[in-house]
Amino acid sequence: MAYTDKIKEIYQNQLKGIQDAGLFKQERYIHSSQDAEIEVEFPAGSAPKRVINVCANNYLGLSSHPDVIKAAHEGLDTRGYGMSSVRFICGTQDIHRELEKKVSEFLGTEDTILFPSCMDANAGVFEAILTSEDVMISDRLVHASIIDGMRLCAAQHDTFKHSDMAHLEKKLQLHADKRLKVVINDGVYSMDGDTAKLDEMVALCEKYDAILFVDESHSSGFIGKTGRGTHEKCGVVGKIDIITTTFGKALGGASGGCVSGRKEIVEMCRQKARPYLFSNTIAPVVVSGVLEVLNILSKSTERRDKLEANTKFWREGLTKAGFVLKDGDTPIVPVMLFNAKLAQDVSRDLFDLGIYAIGFFFPVVPQGAARIRTQISAGHEIHHLEKALDAFIKVGKKYDILGKTKQEIIEKYGS
Amino acid sequence: MENMKEVILEYVIEEYCDEENDDVTFETPLISGGIVDSFSMVSLKRFLENKYKISIPDADASPENFDTVTKIEVLVKRFQ
Repeated sequence: MAYTDKIKEIYQNQLKGIQDAGLFKQERYIHSSQDAEIEVEFPAGSAPKRVINVCANNYLGLSSHPDVIKAAHEGLDTRGYGMSSVRFICGTQDIHRELEKKVSEFLGTEDTILFPSCMDANAGVFEAILTSEDVMISDRLVHASIIDGMRLCAAQHDTFKHSDMAHLEKKLQLHADKRLKVVINDGVYSMDGDTAKLDEMVALCEKYDAILFVDESHSSGFIGKTGRGTHEKCGVVGKIDIITTTFGKALGGASGGCVSGRKEIVEMCRQKARPYLFSNTIAPVVVSGVLEVLNILSKSTERRDKLEANTKFWREGLTKAGFVLKDGDTPIVPVMLFNAKLAQDVSRDLFDLGIYAIGFFFPVVPQGAARIRTQISAGHEIHHLEKALDAFIKVGKKYDILGKTKQEIIEKYGS
Repeated sequence: MENMKEVILEYVIEEYCDEENDDVTFETPLISGGIVDSFSMVSLKRFLENKYKISIPDADASPENFDTVTKIEVLVKRFQ
């Protein structure tokens, strides 16, 4: 079929609708490697500007770590660039299996299977292990990739109020007759930075014979005393049946993800998960880099300890300055502005002051909950955070929001 | 006899609201207002089907038909 004017017009109108709704996403081009300071071209065509980055998922500052880069080079030299095959034909190298074993050791699970991304892991896992006789019960704030995975699965689904254990228990009782029940949640919630009550969830799952699934993408490498994740923080290592996580955030930040957990479930994914069966796995160069990341993290907790100290400094600084924050102790620190335009204006002004932080608003977060989501890194030095704090205070003063309550900010700017 | 709108409103508040957003009325936009996301709508559909002994075809369980308590009542009555 020809790409007619009529077809073109359909897409042009849809794009205009996205623009008119203020939801059009524009990329900002970075001219440097990912780090605490980056060179950003924004708006497109302007000269790159050096700014402090407080919106990357580079929690441990390992995205450009020299040892990781060196290991990746070695992987490239010894195992080549690509596999030109899916895993089960001729796309599995010794290092793929080595990484699966290392991830299992790191997370304290029985087995692991790699996926091209955690999005793929979440898209593939439910369909591989559940049927229409089963039910998936998910927290209402789980990541979009989990929702997509549930949509691809024939099992019934239901939801419970965010982190509301009494509501979850009601749902487990409601679905008592199902063959399998899977409780689904994130370890750390990416928009609010709060942590799942995994100890309570384990207890409920044991009481009602349910499988427990946790996406640890915003936890692996730095949550818990030795950075194993939310299950370590909550004292339930070995009790989570399915963990999915990414290598695209704290664990080197390149790409790739996995399903890790009970060996039968991992084996079911190896036999049936479509993103595993029908696409190449992680490139050897990335596998080599992630192996080095796990090596670094297994030797020392220095980086997650520094991240914890940086997060404390940042949260205390913003609180003392009078910003409204979401409660929590993770490196995801949402500065609440409630109004979408205010969030965009604050983000733009921060960029002018050399700070790169993005505004989030509906539909990414609930209506009236617009915010600047800041993310702290072990790659930040205190002088970076001091400069960022100064900029936040300047902008906060400009909009007269320091020391104001949620209600006062909403009265001034609307929600 | 129970007032259908009251029953539905009570369920919506119990199932979807917390202290921050419990001022829902018959006309409050539920889906477009972000109170009920389209993925969580399934429990509302199941509640209506069980309570009123009806079956709502998936094609009719649209975000538009579920957007307010008043619209939900119209939908339920169509299938009674």
